[in-house]
Amino acid sequence: MTGENMAKPQSGGKAKLRRTQKFTEVQETLQKEGAAIFVDKQGTENLYIDFPYHVNYLHSYAQDTPFFLGLAEGRLRGTRCESCQYTYATPRTYCQFCGGPAGWVDLPLKGKVHSWTTCHYGSEAFLKETPYNLVLVEFEGVNSILLSRLKACTEEQIYVGMPLVAKFASKPKYLITDVWFEPAPGAI
Amino acid sequence: MAQSPKAGAKTPGRDVFSGTPTPSSTKRGGRRVYMVAGGLTKFAKAHPEMDFRLMCKKAFDQARLDVPNLRLDHIDGTRISYFSDHFSRQLKAASMVQDFLGLNPRGSVRIEWGGATGGECFQAAWEAVASGRMDTCLAVGYETMSRVQTWKGNEFIALASDVNYDFPLGGFYTGYYALMVVRHVYEYVRKTKFANVKDEREAQKKAVEYASRVMAMVSVKNHRNALFNPYAQYPKKLELKDALESEMVSYPLPREDICTMSDGAAAVILCSEERAKEFCDNPVLVKGVGCGTDTMRLSDRPFGKVLLMPHEKASDYTHLDYPGVHSFRAGRAASLEAYGHAGIENPNKDLQFIELHDAYASSEIQTYEDMGLCRYGEGYGFVERGDPFLKGLDYGMDVPRAGASPVNPSGGLIACGHPVGATGLMQAVFAHWQLQHKIGEKFGSDRLQIPNARRGAIHSHAGTGSSVTVSILERVKA
Repeated sequence: MTGENMAKPQSGGKAKLRRTQKFTEVQETLQKEGAAIFVDKQGTENLYIDFPYHVNYLHSYAQDTPFFLGLAEGRLRGTRCESCQYTYATPRTYCQFCGGPAGWVDLPLKGKVHSWTTCHYGSEAFLKETPYNLVLVEFEGVNSILLSRLKACTEEQIYVGMPLVAKFASKPKYLITDVWFEPAPGAI
Repeated sequence: MAQSPKAGAKTPGRDVFSGTPTPSSTKRGGRRVYMVAGGLTKFAKAHPEMDFRLMCKKAFDQARLDVPNLRLDHIDGTRISYFSDHFSRQLKAASMVQDFLGLNPRGSVRIEWGGATGGECFQAAWEAVASGRMDTCLAVGYETMSRVQTWKGNEFIALASDVNYDFPLGGFYTGYYALMVVRHVYEYVRKTKFANVKDEREAQKKAVEYASRVMAMVSVKNHRNALFNPYAQYPKKLELKDALESEMVSYPLPREDICTMSDGAAAVILCSEERAKEFCDNPVLVKGVGCGTDTMRLSDRPFGKVLLMPHEKASDYTHLDYPGVHSFRAGRAASLEAYGHAGIENPNKDLQFIELHDAYASSEIQTYEDMGLCRYGEGYGFVERGDPFLKGLDYGMDVPRAGASPVNPSGGLIACGHPVGATGLMQAVFAHWQLQHKIGEKFGSDRLQIPNARRGAIHSHAGTGSSVTVSILERVKA
């Protein structure tokens, strides 16, 4: 916990905290003043404080690294089990069926909508991007599918089976969002 | 460019999958385990007056009222559940619960398994008693989700999806469930009811319209059941039209089809047979337990063969790729194991009610199918005919077969709320009261009491279906 978000002591003794009977006002008050008192229906006082928590992780993609480096080169890479040949659109470096190692393969850059949705709300991190479309993409000759964003079309235009093409970010951020899909030419 | 296998080729991988044995557990050993009491706090948007420890104590103390001869020192140990360290912002919070309840120095462990945390906690306590390690075990769980704003809470929950491949795309569980139900509708409504509509977009839109109305029926059922449950967070006399027209969150799931964030706690006391007789004249036998799992990522789900229930045939599903993203293989596996353990052949005949994990109205319908209440693809018709509704309640619509197979008589997650670590235990508490025939006493009205309830199931579900528990409870008293 850091000190700067704590209630500022008032000069001359007892801290004067804002009291509210509306729970919705608690968060707002905390952002401004760092502390607030919520008075419930029984008249009981409940002291709230703001309690920030920020972390920067050193996140290694480890064995999945080739997939994310591939995106930066405009390549979509899946994996194929060396013994049973099951082919994964979302890479798994060991096969979920036989446990054998799976090697890297290039996926086709064309696919089809397996399923989709339009998110009108989202987690805090993505609220500003709403509405956005999520799509599960199937590829010919590939056994599993891939989750991605679907751009350059409206909610009304999307349907299961719609042909898609992959697009890549010109400046990679080394995130799964470096690839997305758009309707294939003539699909809408 | 590496060569690709032929489209639709039956790779050896699929064959390996298809050969996956179904879970079998009829030979399970262990002692008989009984639930003697349960308690819970009201589920609410926030409980500013109680921290997680006090909520757990209130739930535990309420349970103890039903077993006055059970002293604190009869508790041999505990299993304590909460889902998210992010919501708690207190690591080892379970130790603080153990401490607050005055149960040191007895054995305890924290249980976490996503949305199924409560169901897993129940089964962990069952294991402690069945194995003979304990004669009396307390399972207690909580969640305090009001500690962050709703959309931040959604972000915490979405961290229970693969942070490399799923989360950065717009990590949002309602979005994931929307992806699953769109495919469910495509498989089971577009391809059947609207098979004759030529224009693909039009056929799919009509199929979703039809399914949305059925999902709204589920939401109405659960909200209206909860009108008679004083522990529920959002009881209301919801109209079908208002459910359908509520704000769209992720197409096709509107606001009223989705459960909420909650604060709450629930507690369950499990005992060996000897202890159960000592403490309780109306204990409930834990007749069967089951647990199933599936891939963390939706995109890794195989397209293989259905795990069949005893009352199903492979020929029922000739053209179905399973589980895909439309069905929950973990729920099917958990059901098969629990039914096998409890000796249940046909859940519709052998169970008088089910409390299942309806985080979404869509997943309630998908779960009917996983649990074998109807065949895969028949979930929508099951609702339209009225099977999962209660008899004698006003739903503002015609439900001809109400009472045939009651699901979520309590109101489920959609109306009771979903304080994750408590939810699966809440189901156990409600099921216990149903089987003790004490709903009238506990809820102040017997409108939700299933007449002559002798056996019920509880179902707890995590992630996008990455783990599911099913437990079967049975009345012992004549």
